[in-house]
Amino acid sequence: MTNGFRTNGLMAACVAALGLALGVGQALAKEVRVYNWSDYIDDQILKDFEAETGIKVVYDVFDSNEILETKLLTGKTGYDVVVPSATFLSRQIKAGVFQKLDKSKLPNLSNAWPEIYQRIAKYDPDNAYSINYMWGTTGIGYNVAKIKKAFPDAPLDSWKLVYDPENLKKLKGCGVMFLDSPEDLMPSVLVYLGMSPDWSNVKNVEKAAEHLAKLKPYITKFHSSEYINALANGNICVTVGYSGDILQAKSRAEEAGKGVEVAYSIPNEGAQLWFDQMAIPADAPNLEEAYAFLNYMLKPEVAAKASNFVQYANGNLKSQEFLDKEVKDNPEVYPSPEVFAKLYTMPTIEDSKIQRALTRAWTKAKSGR
Amino acid sequence: MTDAALPARDGASVWRRRALIAVPYLWLLVLFLAPFFIVLKISLSDTVIAQPPYEPVLDLANGWQGVKDWWAGLDLENYGLLFEDEIYWRSYLSSLKIAAISTFLALLIAYPMAYGMARAPKSLRPTLLMAVILPFWTSLLIRVYAWIGILNPEGLLNQLLLGVGLISEPLYIMNTETAVYIGIVYSYLPFMVLPLYSSLEKLDDTLLEAAADLGSPPWKSFWQITFPLSLPGVIAGCFLVFIPAVGEFVIPDLLGGSETLMIGKTLYNEFFLNRDWPVSSALAVLLLLVLVVPIALYNNIQARELEAAK
Repeated sequence: MTNGFRTNGLMAACVAALGLALGVGQALAKEVRVYNWSDYIDDQILKDFEAETGIKVVYDVFDSNEILETKLLTGKTGYDVVVPSATFLSRQIKAGVFQKLDKSKLPNLSNAWPEIYQRIAKYDPDNAYSINYMWGTTGIGYNVAKIKKAFPDAPLDSWKLVYDPENLKKLKGCGVMFLDSPEDLMPSVLVYLGMSPDWSNVKNVEKAAEHLAKLKPYITKFHSSEYINALANGNICVTVGYSGDILQAKSRAEEAGKGVEVAYSIPNEGAQLWFDQMAIPADAPNLEEAYAFLNYMLKPEVAAKASNFVQYANGNLKSQEFLDKEVKDNPEVYPSPEVFAKLYTMPTIEDSKIQRALTRAWTKAKSGR
Repeated sequence: MTDAALPARDGASVWRRRALIAVPYLWLLVLFLAPFFIVLKISLSDTVIAQPPYEPVLDLANGWQGVKDWWAGLDLENYGLLFEDEIYWRSYLSSLKIAAISTFLALLIAYPMAYGMARAPKSLRPTLLMAVILPFWTSLLIRVYAWIGILNPEGLLNQLLLGVGLISEPLYIMNTETAVYIGIVYSYLPFMVLPLYSSLEKLDDTLLEAAADLGSPPWKSFWQITFPLSLPGVIAGCFLVFIPAVGEFVIPDLLGGSETLMIGKTLYNEFFLNRDWPVSSALAVLLLLVLVVPIALYNNIQARELEAAK
């Protein structure tokens, strides 16, 4: 999911573009072109991979699933490995943009975490097209001191904090941001209202949208990446966002040392699971190198290194012994089995009429009409 | 000189002239009309989960039958939707409103600036002109980001105002329509200043002197002489600000809140969130029609002025 400040993403993109230009100039025999989320990897992993395999990595970044999807649907991206979220991946598989993985070329798949891959199979049947890179939850991020001041006995472990109009009203003054992504936000509103999180049910979603419209006056903004910055700088006091983003805001706030303390909570009613998947486009120019890269990423030490850096959980069971203690024992990153059992996944919407009705309900709620 | 040589030479010059005119037309054809027809074609198709995400796709392998099938698959359904759903015309109206108010505000700020520049000593003018153009050396995106830093509840503006004690609670400007106005006026101000300056600079001072000699007070001279003579600059500036402001996306996305409805954002949502290329293409075609009217008006006025100048 989204991570990193947009400006950083931009700078990274510039650097990557420069790298691309240099790469062309050098014309190395072997290379792999990877398109991943911004601020989503430890650079050392790429260097180690180059040293071990002699394959040059041309690394480029994006900051939204939509941008990646548009490139994939247009075709001929020139990338060998891309990292869509599972909900998008599922539709992209149907559109025929990926190729089936030849698992004989991925011996390290034996390290995979069966429970995670089983959940992913909902999007990618038989895990035929993708491997997991990271997974996480969509929950509540908040500014500890500001919440305490505005709302002393706030229910921090419940969706009631943000979806009960009376509660949210108290937080209006210190700033509220929600994800601008209906498929990540609507299900949690449905759960709060006591319905199934299945957001392909248009009737229920319309009810949820009506509820959201009631919250509208207290919401500063719907945006899918600005909240990281805003939370880290203390400009908002609560957000509904992706786990990794909020944990990133937390560490940035600590680095800044201005006394902003950020925390993340997975509401006890249940929260949404998301997965970022690595897949190979059907027209990938460097197929062998792409497999080499995927197989390298499936190494337990490498997966652990990636998780230690970005603070997201990965779908590699064997990697857990190499994880830093702060990551492994952090229930916000690796939830306890009881919490994990309550996490749900969303079906991908394929019918364009349903999709339109949902987006329409969403836009209506957002503009408060 | 024989008579026979004349028509031949005329013929050659006609061809040369035609070739010369053909260059801009070719430019227009390749860079404007061709892409426009591609967008128009997509706007008539239907969305599907495929690569590309719409159908029908012209299949020339099937020969004439392929063309016929393709043609039969096109319809105006998407345009119907644009009229059915209020969100679209609301977005258009709200974009026009925001663009119009921003243009007016930019004019109010730019006019005194341009006037001052035109009245400044000749030696100083290039420097002032440079100062107006200088912001373009930084990317628009970075400059809009800078405004986030200024307008934030914890931003520079609030710190300053709280510091001097003008306010006791931070102002919430960020993520409101006010922030969008600030962003648009700031970003497009040079486009207003430059044409105003160029028309004010040409103003003949002797006209104002004559008016003063005949007893006209300065404000009357301004309204009866300076302003009418600067009208071409006013009109050019207004169009240069208004037209791009209508389709603006970056500024409302970064500075605006969720209630700021603008067509650029609606188009983005259709394209990226709904993955509905046909509907977003239809929106784009309609946006073009909305904008073609003022552009045509502008051209008309300009043409008339050229006539008058002769």
